[in-house]
Amino acid sequence: MSTTAVPQNTALSRFTGVLGDVISRPSGALGLGLVAAHLIMALISPYLSPYDYKEMNAAMMLAGPDASHWLGTDHLGRDVFSRTIQGGREAILVTGIATPVAVFWGGMVGIFFGLIGGRVDEVLMRFVDAFLSLPWILKMLVLIVTFGTGIEVLIPTLAFFYGIPVIRIARAATHDVVARDFVSAARARGHKRLTIMRRELLPNVLDTLMVEGAMRWSWMLLAFSSLSFLGFGVSPPAPDWGLMISDARGYMSFAPWGVLGPVIALSSLIIGINLTADALAKALGIDRAQKAPV
Amino acid sequence: MTAAPIIDIQDISIGFTGLSGSTLPVLRNIDLSVRPGESVGLVGESGSGKSTLALAAMGYLKRGLRVLNGSSHFNGDDMFSQSRKSLEHIRGGKLGLVPQNSGQSLTPTLRIGAQLTEALRLHSKLDQAQYRARVLELLGQVRLPDPEAIYARFPHELSGGQQQRVAIAMALAGEPDALLLDEPTTGLDVTTQAHILELLRDLAAETGMAMVYVSHDLGAIARVCDRVVVMYAGEVVLESTAKQVLTAPTHPYARGLLASIPKLSDPHLPTALDGRPPAPGKAGAGCAFVDRCGIASGLCRSSRPPLAAGPGGAMSRCHHAEQANQLPMTSTGADPERSDPNAPAALALDKVSISYAKQGLIEKLLGKEDTRPVTVDGISVAMKRGETLGLVGESGSGKSTILKSIAGLLPPAGGEITFGDGGHLPQEVERRSNDHLRRIQLIFQNPDDSMNPRHTIAEILEQPLKLYFGLKGQALHDRSAELLERVRLGAHYMTRLPSQLSGGEKQRVAVARAFAAEPELVLCDEVTSALDVSVQAAVLDLLNELKQEQGTTYVFVSHDLAVVRALSDRVAVLYQGRLCEIGPSEDVYALPSHPYTEVLLGAVLEPDPDYAPKLTADDVIELAPPAQGCPFQRRCPRKLGAICDTDSPPWQQQPNGHAVRCHISLEELNRLQVDEARSDETPKETLSA
Amino acid sequence: MLRMFIRRLFLGLITVALVSLIIFAGVEFLPGDACTAFLEREAQGKILENCREELGLNRPAAERYLEWAANALQGNLGMSANGEDSIGSLVGARLGNSLLLAACALLTGVPLAIVLGVIAGLWRDRPADLIVSTAAIFAMTIPEFVSATVLILLFSVWLGWLPGIVLTSADAPVAEFFPEIILPVIVLSMVMTAHILRMVRSSVIEVMNGDYIQMATLKGVPYWQMVFRHALPNALLPAINVVALTIAWLLGGVVVIEVVFNYPGLGRMMIDAISDRDLPVVQALALIVATVYVFVNLTADMLTMIANPRLRTLYTRK
Repeated sequence: MSTTAVPQNTALSRFTGVLGDVISRPSGALGLGLVAAHLIMALISPYLSPYDYKEMNAAMMLAGPDASHWLGTDHLGRDVFSRTIQGGREAILVTGIATPVAVFWGGMVGIFFGLIGGRVDEVLMRFVDAFLSLPWILKMLVLIVTFGTGIEVLIPTLAFFYGIPVIRIARAATHDVVARDFVSAARARGHKRLTIMRRELLPNVLDTLMVEGAMRWSWMLLAFSSLSFLGFGVSPPAPDWGLMISDARGYMSFAPWGVLGPVIALSSLIIGINLTADALAKALGIDRAQKAPV
Repeated sequence: MTAAPIIDIQDISIGFTGLSGSTLPVLRNIDLSVRPGESVGLVGESGSGKSTLALAAMGYLKRGLRVLNGSSHFNGDDMFSQSRKSLEHIRGGKLGLVPQNSGQSLTPTLRIGAQLTEALRLHSKLDQAQYRARVLELLGQVRLPDPEAIYARFPHELSGGQQQRVAIAMALAGEPDALLLDEPTTGLDVTTQAHILELLRDLAAETGMAMVYVSHDLGAIARVCDRVVVMYAGEVVLESTAKQVLTAPTHPYARGLLASIPKLSDPHLPTALDGRPPAPGKAGAGCAFVDRCGIASGLCRSSRPPLAAGPGGAMSRCHHAEQANQLPMTSTGADPERSDPNAPAALALDKVSISYAKQGLIEKLLGKEDTRPVTVDGISVAMKRGETLGLVGESGSGKSTILKSIAGLLPPAGGEITFGDGGHLPQEVERRSNDHLRRIQLIFQNPDDSMNPRHTIAEILEQPLKLYFGLKGQALHDRSAELLERVRLGAHYMTRLPSQLSGGEKQRVAVARAFAAEPELVLCDEVTSALDVSVQAAVLDLLNELKQEQGTTYVFVSHDLAVVRALSDRVAVLYQGRLCEIGPSEDVYALPSHPYTEVLLGAVLEPDPDYAPKLTADDVIELAPPAQGCPFQRRCPRKLGAICDTDSPPWQQQPNGHAVRCHISLEELNRLQVDEARSDETPKETLSA
Repeated sequence: MLRMFIRRLFLGLITVALVSLIIFAGVEFLPGDACTAFLEREAQGKILENCREELGLNRPAAERYLEWAANALQGNLGMSANGEDSIGSLVGARLGNSLLLAACALLTGVPLAIVLGVIAGLWRDRPADLIVSTAAIFAMTIPEFVSATVLILLFSVWLGWLPGIVLTSADAPVAEFFPEIILPVIVLSMVMTAHILRMVRSSVIEVMNGDYIQMATLKGVPYWQMVFRHALPNALLPAINVVALTIAWLLGGVVVIEVVFNYPGLGRMMIDAISDRDLPVVQALALIVATVYVFVNLTADMLTMIANPRLRTLYTRK
């Protein structure tokens, strides 16, 4: 390191640095590319669709792929290609809003209790443990069955349930930071708790939260499409990958094109997110594999 | 000595590929040969390549490193072209290694017995049935008490010193011809270190094995080595007999290094060696030391000096080896600033006790008496403005705990801390006024840990300025820049992150951050322990200067008695969280003193081949102080008897403020310590002859 | 040690008690109750009143919670909403079936995960690692219903090797579930294997970089002896807890898999109960699943504590 060069250490330089690192890894470039492609597709797909996704055609039920229907038609004669390229819009919208909300509230609560520690913290963790001991699908289903499946229900529900495990992650990360001398130094200088949270803890927990956010996103998508698949998510005739797979499964033996489109679309998005999360974790020096999927 | 060298390293260069793709050498053209029975010291500061060199002798490279040229032979075998099988045979067999930090080098899931047995199975021809007996014998040979018990223990159940002994026993299992020791005593308490070194000396004499002793500590090297090789920036810069290197070195770096070491015998501040060694690949065409050298000439910039025989037969890599003699090698540092005895009160601790345990909620509600075990107990000290109080003791003595309590991070369980002229000081940091907070500042041991890695240097310095003085905008910026200049760092450091600074630079920033508050009392917690000696001297110097200017009061905590001596007006000695002795430093460091102080002083090593430590007590690590009586009762070499076990010893006050807490009277201590030392001298001479 | 065990057990019990409270409160907070579900459209006025009177739903919530909890403690999970079947009898065989599925998945998945994880860790960044790690990302991230669909398409529809759906009835003997159980087991163990193997891999890498591995090498310990004696015991210790957490996570996935394959286990029962708004059954199932989760984790903690000498002394001293 030369003593004359003045390094730039702004938030922007750090962001571009990390982004560059992610892209420089083959898995990161592929992952980010997949995610970007899906996001763009979600925005412009209504204009690209050759057919209306709900337009039925009794004459063309379960037709195989050809020039007019690139991925064939489903059991109601709807164009599978048009439905596939629009099938992620609601999923991406719902999880795209719910993920940051979940990571934000879970992160804040986790950092706060991690800093406070002591008995309050232990009591809270009992509650978090208790919540986590119930399978996600049960918690989600009970609320959805009661309140319906609109996005006004799904977003807060997902944001709430997926924020709870974030509390645990943020708290553990905070505990690691709180034990370090610079937090003691800030306390000894007499900074307020909120200042310490914002200035000392947050910047150091942020990396973990970012990686966590990427992972939460993929799990939320998984949950969202699983719910649709089980018939508790998006209501027909809206296109949704989970729903499409569920519908087409019955005709799989003679019309496999019905499942292949949504299977590839959904898998590529989730894999893209995970590859990005992996590359991000490596770029930030966080070991992602050590974390259990809770 | 004409025997062929057992370790023979020729012209070796080792390097790695940098981010830019170029090859960066960490070792450059090194020759090292060690003959049977010889003990050679490899000295250098961090990054000098000494450990890499030692591992190269075993044919081992850390991940990412590769041999650029040269060879490494052991007993005539080329270590970098051996088959895996034959390497396995040599390593741990005829060539043993004692690693740095044995605690992490012993496999945590295997019992000590199993690990030693494994070494025997691999490297000895004993019968299965004899293994156990031999392991116990080895454990006894490294003077571990109760080998049977140690045999059945796991590594984490041993103290640092015991782990180090086990590592030595493991190396001895292969009956080695040569033993490599990689910083074997770094991180151990002084008494433990001295004991391990004595053990190594004895083992070398008993077994006749050759030793390569790698260390940054010239004191340790002085104790065990016949010959010393000084390394700097991946090169050998000086090689000669231990005596010559330590008393009349012919290389400017070696002289500077010696001058920067604080010594017990010298109450001055050590001389700082400014600058830092070039990073791998950054050494130019000339001498690697040129930027820090006092006698550098134009020649030194343009051509790299060869390692050549110079005055007295030493091999020195210096163009001006003859002139090097003129450079000072004892400390020429300033006298530490002494305090005014009539200054107003700065800080007083009154019967302070501190506990890490939390009082149970139920007990608190019931108003029960506080029965928590206390880590620190009965500390009463009063300090005057501008005074420096040194707190010394081994690890676990509670010295850092006391600082935390004064800073309000760990409120005392009992007693009271008063600040300044008797004004009430709330014990918890959250209740202190902004003014109190500003006037007391704390500097931590490890700057890597005490500075937020996400903040730039400017942000780090601005925090106290904003908090205490409400500075904003240009004023804030100017003041930060001024502070950086004050600690001899330029304003161009402002935009850097801590990770972009060297250890010494980081600690300067930490000092600047503390002084940004314009404090009256600065608490220094082992502030130089994480630094190299040459850097340490510069930080000590800086602290002394700031004190001169601002009349700051320091509480200076360190495990290094020489460092404390260099800076302190008064010294307090702690054992197991209890005070043993306190007084003006010259009195504490002179006899008579508390038996524990005597033990500590006896164990200190000096960079002098003729200096022998006096080991009077065992290096046992106690986990908790005894329930009653004198805290030092179990290890005291001068224990009187039952009274030490049952009665708390009285403070014996001297008129000059020197006080010793012991059942033995000062006159008696004087007789025992001074007279004994005198009568000791004669038999010691005959023994070594 | 024993004290620690009792302490952990106690904390586990507290968690279960909290769960029961959350479940009960959750169901309470939802609109509708057993009577509205049972009576459906007729649920109004007098009829509803009578029904509530009959089932004791008019009593204070705290009283009903205590009664429910006390009964559950004695193994009496109550009656389903249709008022005909005892929940205990409904759960019995299905719990066994779900456990069978989980056990098969664990027995194939865990050993496989350890072997692959160790291989990937030891040959880090080599082809073997790249293949295993990439496959793991795929296996880990693709939703169960997607991989199930693809596997059914492949092995059942196209190749015709394995049955793609379970037709055996819930109370059939274990043997009759073969070979129908094979595909569900594969899908379930795929996700689990991927999670555990990634964790084992990074743990092996971390341990292999440790000082004691370098020391073992420099002590002349042969490579494989070093791997098996020095590295693996330390690398695999943390795997115990991950296995436990993975099991817990799988409980959610099991539900989907059971539906996809028509497997007669607790998961499908849960979906049916939720669709029917059979709240007593939902409550009971939630409690069972949560209890399993808590005690699997407790067991893992205990095993780690017993197997790790460091933790062992830490807790015996205290």
